[in-house]
Formats: sequence, C-alpha cells, structure tokens
Amino acid sequence: MTTTASPMASTREAYGDTLAQLGKEFPNIVVLDGDLAKSTMTIRFGKAYPDRFFYMGIQEQNMMVIAAGLSRSGKVPFVSTFAVFATARAFDQMRLAISQMKANVKVVCTHAGITTGEDGSSAHAIEDIALTNTLINFTVIAPADAIETAQAIRAAAETQGPFYIRLYRPPTPVVHTPDYKFTIGKAEQMRYGDDATIIAYGNLVKPALDVSDKLGKEGKTIRVLNMATIRPIDREAIVKAAAETGAIVTAEEHLKQGGLGSIVASITAQERPVPVEIVGLDRYYKSGTGWELMAQAGLTAEGVEAAIHKVLARKR
Amino acid sequence: MTPDSPQNGNPKNISELEAVARQMRKDIVTMVFKAGSGHPGGSLSATDIVAALYFRVMRHDPKNPSWDGRDRFILSKGHASPVIYAALARSGYFPADDLWTFRKMGSHLQGHTDATMTPGIELSTGSIGMGLSYGVGVSLAAKLDSKPYHTFVVVGDGESNEGSIWEAAASANHLKLGSITAIIDRNRMQNDGFGADIMNMEPYPDKWRAFGWETWEIDGHDMSQVVEALEKARMPRNHPHPVAIVAHTTKGKGVSFMENNPDWHGKAPTPEQHKQAMEELSK
Ligand SMILES: Cc1ncc(C[n+]2csc(CCOP(=O)(O)OP(=O)(O)O)c2C)c(N)n1
Repeated sequence: MTTTASPMASTREAYGDTLAQLGKEFPNIVVLDGDLAKSTMTIRFGKAYPDRFFYMGIQEQNMMVIAAGLSRSGKVPFVSTFAVFATARAFDQMRLAISQMKANVKVVCTHAGITTGEDGSSAHAIEDIALTNTLINFTVIAPADAIETAQAIRAAAETQGPFYIRLYRPPTPVVHTPDYKFTIGKAEQMRYGDDATIIAYGNLVKPALDVSDKLGKEGKTIRVLNMATIRPIDREAIVKAAAETGAIVTAEEHLKQGGLGSIVASITAQERPVPVEIVGLDRYYKSGTGWELMAQAGLTAEGVEAAIHKVLARKR
Repeated sequence: MTPDSPQNGNPKNISELEAVARQMRKDIVTMVFKAGSGHPGGSLSATDIVAALYFRVMRHDPKNPSWDGRDRFILSKGHASPVIYAALARSGYFPADDLWTFRKMGSHLQGHTDATMTPGIELSTGSIGMGLSYGVGVSLAAKLDSKPYHTFVVVGDGESNEGSIWEAAASANHLKLGSITAIIDRNRMQNDGFGADIMNMEPYPDKWRAFGWETWEIDGHDMSQVVEALEKARMPRNHPHPVAIVAHTTKGKGVSFMENNPDWHGKAPTPEQHKQAMEELSK
C-alpha cells in the first residue's frame, strides 16, 4: 500500500568494503571474526590485509577479551559475528573487559533482528539494543541503510571508545543520498511535521517515511526522526518532538522491552509527557523469509500507520 | 527387547541401515533444495551415525515422543537439523511430506531444532555449544532417579571451539556420568573453512581423554563400525565415566561435489545440482 519501491543495498557488504578501505588509512586496525567471516563480510578486509585479520573460531567470549587486550596495546580491533552471539553469549565480557575499561573495541554485528529469517528464533537478535544500551561506555549505532553504515563504521574507527554497530543479513531499502552526513549522537530529521513524530531506526525508517508521505497527502504532517545513534541518545531531539508535535510513535525491529520505545517513553515521561505508541516485537519469531516475518510482526508501513492513528486519537 | 523398552520397528541390520541412510541423504539434500537455504554439509557427515541411532541402537517410541524411558538424542550442532528431521520422519514421528516445509513460514521444522515445535526434539539449538551441557543435565537426572535411559549427544568439531563444550566435558567426568555418550562428528571443517585454518583444536581424541572420557575412534561412515561402537556405548558400563566417540567423517558425504568442500556448509543446491545429487544417491 504505502510502500514505495526503493533501491536495496546490503549493510554488511557496506561494512566489509568500508573496513577494507579503512585498513589502508589505519594501520592499527585489526579484525577478529568468529567463524562467520564470509557472512559478516570481514573476509573482504581479510583478503586485503591477511596479516591483520584473525579467524578466532567459534569462541565469542574469548574473542571479546582478546580484542580488549589488543586495544590496550594500541590496536583498534573490529570484532564481528552475528548480533545474537556477541551480545547474548559474550555479554559479560563486553561489560567488564570492554565497557567498564573503556576499551577501544568496535563490535560490529550482522544478522540483527527477524529479517535474519529462515534460521529461526536462535538467530534472531531481538534484544541486542536492550543489552548494549546498558553498556555504559559504549556508543550504540543502528544504521538505517548501507550509506549510513559506511559512515558509521568510519566514525567508529575515528572515535576513541567502545562501539556496537547493528547490521542486517538481507539487503535493505536505501533511504539516504550519497551526500548524506552522519553525526554520532544526532537524530536526523528526515521529514518535517507538527501533528506527530515517528522515531525509528534501521529497517523501520523506510516505513516511517512512507507513512509520513502518505499522511502528508491527507493533510497531516508527520515528523520523522532517524535515531541511528541509540546510545548516547539525542534527548534534545526527543523532547523537542514531544513539545512541538505532542505525540510520538517509535518503530524498531527489536523487542519493545528495553528498545528505543522504552528509551523514548522514559525520556518523555520525565521531561515532557506525551502519548507514546511503541511499534516493535514482543515474542520470539520462527522460520520464514525475513520480509514475511516483518509482515507477520506488523513491522510495516501499515503497522506504523495504525500506531499513528492510535497516538493521534490519544492526543485529542 | 523388554516390553518397557520399545524401539522403532525391528532393529535394522547393516544393509538395511545403509539403505535408510541413503534415503535420509536424499531427504536432506531435497529439504535444503526446497527451502532454498540450510546446512547440507554437516547433515550429510552425521547421517550414518543418526541412522544407526534411530533405526537400531536407541530405545524410543515415535508414537509417544515424550515416553519417559526414551533414550535422549541431542544434536548439539543444531544447524544440521535436516539429518534429525529425516530420521524423525522416516521412523514415524511425523509424515515425510512435512520435510518439504522445512524453514518455511508456519512449518514445525525450524531452521535450527526447536523443542517447542517438533515432536521428538529434545533441545532448542542454533547457538552452538549448548547441547553437551544439556545432555549432562539429562544424564544426571537419569542417575539421580536410577533410570535406565541413555543420552547421546552429537557434537561438531567446529562447535568444539566453544569453551562451553569443554566445561560440559569436565562436568560429565566430575559428576561420574556413566550413561552419556558424545559422538564427535570430526569432518575437519567448520563455517569459514578447515578447522586447521580457523581454530586448530587437534588432537581431539587426546583432549577428550584428558577430560576423563573413555575415548574411541571410528570411521563414521562404516556402518558396522558405527553400530558396534554405539551399541557398546549404550551397554551398562562397569565404570562411571562418560564415553566419547570421535567419528572420522566427510563433510557432504555421498554427494561428490559437496564432499570436502567448505562452501557446502550452509548453501542450497541449484536444480541441476539437486538432480545430480539425487542420481548419485540412487546408485
Ligand atoms: C554460538 C554460535 N556461534 C556461531 C554460530 C554460527 N555457525 C553455525 S554452524 C558453524 C560452524 C560449525 O562447525 P561444526 O560444528 O564443525 O559443524 P559442521 O561442520 O559439522 O556442520 C558456525 C560458526 C552459531 N550457530 N553459534
């Protein structure tokens, strides 16, 4: 219905290609991968810089702390595996050896969310944002598309401190033009509007834009914020949206518990109470193609639009 | 066979088991083909072991998957789910036609085994390195209640990169579990390539011995050797130690272009490749 066709591109390929470019500029970058280099695309760095690329086997916990050790000796480790295996399996290691010690480690994970698809529940990382948002010293970024991914990876290499970057398995809609400039910690206002605001990240940015465009034709102006940086969150943009539009819908391919919705609701409740509707997941999903699962979960333009109608009704 | 220990039909002889394994291999390749994704290589390497367990060695009742006295089978390397689905279907847990719904929306046959969806599946898997710990728990319960069931766990050699496998190995020995057997599918490969290049863990047999497991090595595709080792492992032991069987196998076994090629870890065949595989497996 509201979904307009747009070109698709792979965030994990953008990662592999950017990493290979950065390898030239940053001789201190080393890459560690948990036996998934052909899937996370770190193999592209591995081919270009075999001496600085390490297969770490299927040892996520070991790999995280080795990276911490490397970082404290001047290296800039990028560590990759699937999102669920880093954040769920090696959480304690990320917490103490990386977050608490402010280690300069970049954890970049692919296969986030339910678009991972056919592999089923075990592979669907739907709690990684909730987990990493509690890692006090981390910067957490969930890029909306391949263009933003490339810039976020570069920003991580250039910025001291631990990062978690959340990427996808399938190619995803491109919502930016090549002249786009990503800034850590700044919400990107992609549509102006006064009637309500949709705050989204990752795969939900495109449906948010589609809904805003559709309702725009019907005379309602819906602001859209791409909240690519989850931590540190852009509080100012959230409070401003609450003050200026009086109603907020959040949308994400993640559990409602502990995701962007919880973060936004907590900030508005404390600083500028307005009705908030949260679009997200609340159970485990099963095998299916990624986009079938997204439709089943209501993570679509239709789902976001329904939440807008609800939040507007509550605003009145 | 005592009345309280049912088994699927009559235990099959070696040549019947070989025929079942051939059928299971066809099922595996066709499931992955129809799904358009999945893990054929590590399913084919474990086929002879799983066939011997389900059609001869294990006590189990396909009509009563939650029968309390059943032997427990845990496929710790759960990405090889096609091999257990083929065994469950061919031994009568559910209709063989279900196999062609593998990995599809609404199917009870999930990409990785899911204990909440499929009759006969003991453990939800997909995060590698958990199955042996689960087996230790199941086997410890048998010991506490003096139950006669046996616990078999198939572990990948790549999977054994995970420290958790060795934590489980230590605990089975520490807890003096005499009714658990780990079968290591030593196909020498993991996701990105050969174990020797990704994370060298050899020599495996020495490691299992050092962790207190009585350890045997077999050719995991010689059905006589497979049956002999598994039957011996299932017999009541005169020592309270776990047994490890390091099965030397070939990843992609039975399909010429998949054999020993790491590219076939997690990839679906094309229609032409599927046809060729069916021809080779029909010989
Ligand atoms: C904790 C965890 N890390 C990574 C993966 C991704 N993965 C799936 S299978 C596999 C390789 C497994 O190798 P092995 O156990 O030897 O299986 P086989 O070669 O027999 O298929 C990897 C890395 C996973 N499923 N779980």
